[in-house]
Amino acid sequence: MQKDKSVSNSRKAYIGAMKGMMALSVAVTCGLALFLILYVLYKGLPNITWELLSTKPSVLADRIGILPDILNTIYIIIATLLVVLPLGVGAAIYLTEYAANPRLVAGIEYAAETLSGIPSIIYGFVGMMVFAGTLGTSLLAGALTLVIMNLPTIMRTAQESLKTVPQSYREGAFGLGAGKWRVVRTVVLPGCIDGVVTGCILSIGRILGESAALLYTAGFAHVLNGFFAGIRSSGASLTVAMYVYAKDRGEFEIAFAIAAILMMLTLAVNLAAVLVGRYFKKRRSL
Amino acid sequence: MRKQQKFMENFIHGVFLLLGLVTVGCVLLITVYLVLSGIPGIRRIGVFSFLFRSTWESTAKEPVFGILPFILTSIYGTAGAILFGVPIGFLTAVYLAKLAPPKIKAIVESAVSLLAGIPSVVYGLVGMLILVPGIRKLFSVPDGASLLAAIIVLAVMILPSIIKVSVTALEAVPQEYEDASLALGATPIETYFRVSAPAAKSGIAAAVVLGVGRAIGEAMAVMMVSGNVPNMPGLFQSVRFLTTAVASEMSYSSAGSLQRQALFSIALVLYLFILMINAALNFFLKRSKT
Repeated sequence: MQKDKSVSNSRKAYIGAMKGMMALSVAVTCGLALFLILYVLYKGLPNITWELLSTKPSVLADRIGILPDILNTIYIIIATLLVVLPLGVGAAIYLTEYAANPRLVAGIEYAAETLSGIPSIIYGFVGMMVFAGTLGTSLLAGALTLVIMNLPTIMRTAQESLKTVPQSYREGAFGLGAGKWRVVRTVVLPGCIDGVVTGCILSIGRILGESAALLYTAGFAHVLNGFFAGIRSSGASLTVAMYVYAKDRGEFEIAFAIAAILMMLTLAVNLAAVLVGRYFKKRRSL
Repeated sequence: MRKQQKFMENFIHGVFLLLGLVTVGCVLLITVYLVLSGIPGIRRIGVFSFLFRSTWESTAKEPVFGILPFILTSIYGTAGAILFGVPIGFLTAVYLAKLAPPKIKAIVESAVSLLAGIPSVVYGLVGMLILVPGIRKLFSVPDGASLLAAIIVLAVMILPSIIKVSVTALEAVPQEYEDASLALGATPIETYFRVSAPAAKSGIAAAVVLGVGRAIGEAMAVMMVSGNVPNMPGLFQSVRFLTTAVASEMSYSSAGSLQRQALFSIALVLYLFILMINAALNFFLKRSKT
């Protein structure tokens, strides 16, 4: 746009000041992101050794290994997804396909919003009392706590993609004589796969980064277990292990190594979300 | 055949109804649980004594359970985080929503997504090893673990939420408002700040409230950088927040003791704060949709 001579000097000063402040803010934001990635990777990557990744901590051999923590994290993710997907998608289906009473729908959506606003330390607290109290401090208790935390996310993404299924598909199926459940099963559900996958990826990202909720429900043991034994015993996830190593034991090199791993996993999850989003957009527009 | 089908349909409907009600059930469960476990402590200690006394000595011979230090620390810490986070976030959002060319927008938005995805313990670690010694050297204080360190960490952590919601609000401003402003002779920058931003103010308020909610609920990162002493809040003092107060003494309190009941009561107070903040958030979100 041409510099208009009729813009007064005080206006020009205002515009310049705002431009400057915006530039500064954007620089700060991007600078922070860049600094955090580079710093964590710089301090952490050198400490990632094969020994670290593939062994468990041993006092006798005086070494620290994070294999148990890696496995625990994977087990927690699997267990959480196994429970939250049916619950969340089922709730979303109810809200979009079956619900008749608008007040009930509003009530359920309000409940989901409330759940997503509750801080993770309160989830950890309640989870400790309710789940760890009955099931013992275990990965399962942690997973169930995470299920409630991630339910709103899965519900929201599933709902959004259910809404994109054209009403004409459903009407066509009804017109051919299909019952409601058949319509849902064969027409609607396949149409919401992309939302479910996106929700999964988002949830995996959240679960990876979760620490407060897991510290008090899943504990911080470092025992190597298979899935079914592990799910019933206590175990540290990567984040919890990192917290304990850094704060209680001062093992900063290990902590940075774990932080670097977590950082790379976060980047991978973000990238996966973007790629999956693009893939489904392509499929949709065909 | 028809009856069987009808029965199946009703059954499935019931199953989905139950699934839908799970969310409501969870909220009720959490609320009831916190209230039931938090009330006894408040009763024994006395509401005013609990909320307004400024000393917390839970393990002394004559234990005192005043949580005013925690409440004030959480309020000051959140206020400080908002003070730093909202201007930076808002200005970045204006740039992203209105001015950024698509390629740069994509880069900046991925930087924001990255900040949003970093686990809080990683923020805590970086804070512990850079911010805390930095504050100690810069301000010549004996220990950098302080309210200031927590404020800085919280500000960075709430930045992505503020930016994302503000961008959505700014992008939703009707094009006609901006066109009218430009037609009347305002420059683009003037339009964005004097027309678009006020038009988006409900959404921006929602972004701020979201940031407040996140800041007041953060525990892990704050635990690693703020020291852990139940002082009345001071910028360079080692302080304890509502969240860290619950977390720190949990492990060594004995079940059924007044100390543990007091911890439950703190959790209840925190939960009530959060419910109020969520109600405010919903209020602003509904207004911004009309």
